[in-house]
Amino acid sequence: MAAERRPTGIRLLGRYGLLLFVAFATLFPIYTTLVAAFKPGDQVLVNPLLPDSFTLEPIMTAWSDGNLGRYLFNSLVVAVVVTVAQVVTSLLSGYAFAMLDFPGRNLAFALFLATLLVPIEATLVVNRRTVDSLDWLNTYQGLAVPFLATAFGTFLIRQALLAVPGELRDAARIDGAGHLAFLRYVALPIIVPTVGALALFSFLSSWNQYLWPNLITTEESMNTVQSGLTLLRRSSIDEPNALMAGTVIAAVPIFVALLLFQRSLVRGLTSGAVKG
Amino acid sequence: MLVATSDPALRCIDMESRAFDRRRWRQLPAALALLAPSAIVLGAFIVYPLVKAIFLGRQRCNSTGTRCVDAGWDQYSDTFRSTEFQHALLVTAEFALITVPLGLAFGIGLAVLAHKHLSGVGVFRAIFSSTVATSVAVASLMWLFLLQPSVGVLSNVGWIADAFPVVKQPGLLNDPGTALWSVGLSSVWANLGFTFIIITAGLQSIPDDLYEAAALDGATGTGRFWRITLPLLGPSLLFVLIVLTTRAFQAYGEIDLLTEGGPRPDDSTTTITYLTYGRNSIMATDQGLQATTAVLLFVVLLGLSFLQLWSIGRRVHYGD
Repeated sequence: MAAERRPTGIRLLGRYGLLLFVAFATLFPIYTTLVAAFKPGDQVLVNPLLPDSFTLEPIMTAWSDGNLGRYLFNSLVVAVVVTVAQVVTSLLSGYAFAMLDFPGRNLAFALFLATLLVPIEATLVVNRRTVDSLDWLNTYQGLAVPFLATAFGTFLIRQALLAVPGELRDAARIDGAGHLAFLRYVALPIIVPTVGALALFSFLSSWNQYLWPNLITTEESMNTVQSGLTLLRRSSIDEPNALMAGTVIAAVPIFVALLLFQRSLVRGLTSGAVKG
Repeated sequence: MLVATSDPALRCIDMESRAFDRRRWRQLPAALALLAPSAIVLGAFIVYPLVKAIFLGRQRCNSTGTRCVDAGWDQYSDTFRSTEFQHALLVTAEFALITVPLGLAFGIGLAVLAHKHLSGVGVFRAIFSSTVATSVAVASLMWLFLLQPSVGVLSNVGWIADAFPVVKQPGLLNDPGTALWSVGLSSVWANLGFTFIIITAGLQSIPDDLYEAAALDGATGTGRFWRITLPLLGPSLLFVLIVLTTRAFQAYGEIDLLTEGGPRPDDSTTTITYLTYGRNSIMATDQGLQATTAVLLFVVLLGLSFLQLWSIGRRVHYGD
């Protein structure tokens, strides 16, 4: 805010003081988690606010006893499949809505958007039955297939493609490019930022799924990180350092990924809030 | 399409529109092929389950859903009026009334605080956004460790346990008076990063010259906040409001990990979603009743979103 005079002296100190206080409060749960994750079991509750001893033992315990490596791998497989599929299906349907004119287009688009009104919780009872009848309980298909397409992604890609100049489409058609060739070689490079945002958003939503993996997983080895943490909570509730170490292991990949892709994340999250 | 006519100019338009129409029909097969993958997935895993759940909600079943008997549409009104559902609805509403206003207030407060031109403000923005990286399970376990009475942080810090005996006995998550607030607070914290990012983006889209003009007209800091910042944040705030309300009604993971719907016998944190899917919920033994509550959840949420859009949405200023 250019018009505002920059605060000086006491007011400047006050503002920094307030920022520091709020930052400290925000980080507090993360801080206590990190402190506990690197403390030996007999020390963790003695002085829970101070990192006065250090050991990697809880991390090792959580990794081996909690089977977290396996869960991370499962989560990664499911999230990658879901992300790639959502990007591809959204590109195809978004392209159809943005670039083609066909009878019933507006109705079909409205129906697509209407699926956004259905909370996932309203569908899971029947989806579990479907997955069960396909013999997909405790499988990667069961975890991933219900989420291979999204109306949100379709909407996002459609909006981005609407901004692609029509002349490009005409030029490509004259050069003999079909729909898929145009999408792949002309449109895709233009809308890369949107695709990146969608990919990150899809990956995060898939990775963070909690209820669904808990509903369809009964075999220990097919848990994702999130449902694996449910197991860890039950087995390690009396060993807070191992429980917090497991939490740290589960959180680190996403913290790193978000540090790398911060811009895409902000774009992905705010794309829902643009003017209607 | 125009009817055939002798006027040559009109006939020309007629032919053009006919060609246009043919082109639309010619594009239909390609469109169908492109839409098919999305449509099949959305149809099979959103539309079909919803429709099927509406009919399954008439039934009474065993826990595996292999044997069901029809109970009629009355099951919806009976379930809605049941003590369990009414209680869960009340808990859910309370949960929303705790998490949504707090989430909005903290989000706006932090975004405004970190919007000033101060050096090092980028670090603070990163910190305030950081909770977006925590999944509901990660965030809930962090708060579980904070709040647990015997093996938690607060109860093992001497002066806190002395000043607030409730953290030790019976514990914030086990006291019927504090359990929902504690879960709510962890939820507000977990959503803070998201709220902060959206509102910060909204703040950045407000042009500086509005503030300059207001300053020239003698507007004070608070005046500028109420008359410029808040109204122009409208679209972002409406979006955050709807997302936070929806998340409150869908809250499951934090309840599963922090309280499992308890403390009993009050079921102080059994929300509608937890009533539907919770491990030890009475609904979990009957797929028919599960479907009934799931559909009721959908109807309640739908009504609420429309209410919010209708009552607040029409007052929101979307700029030009």
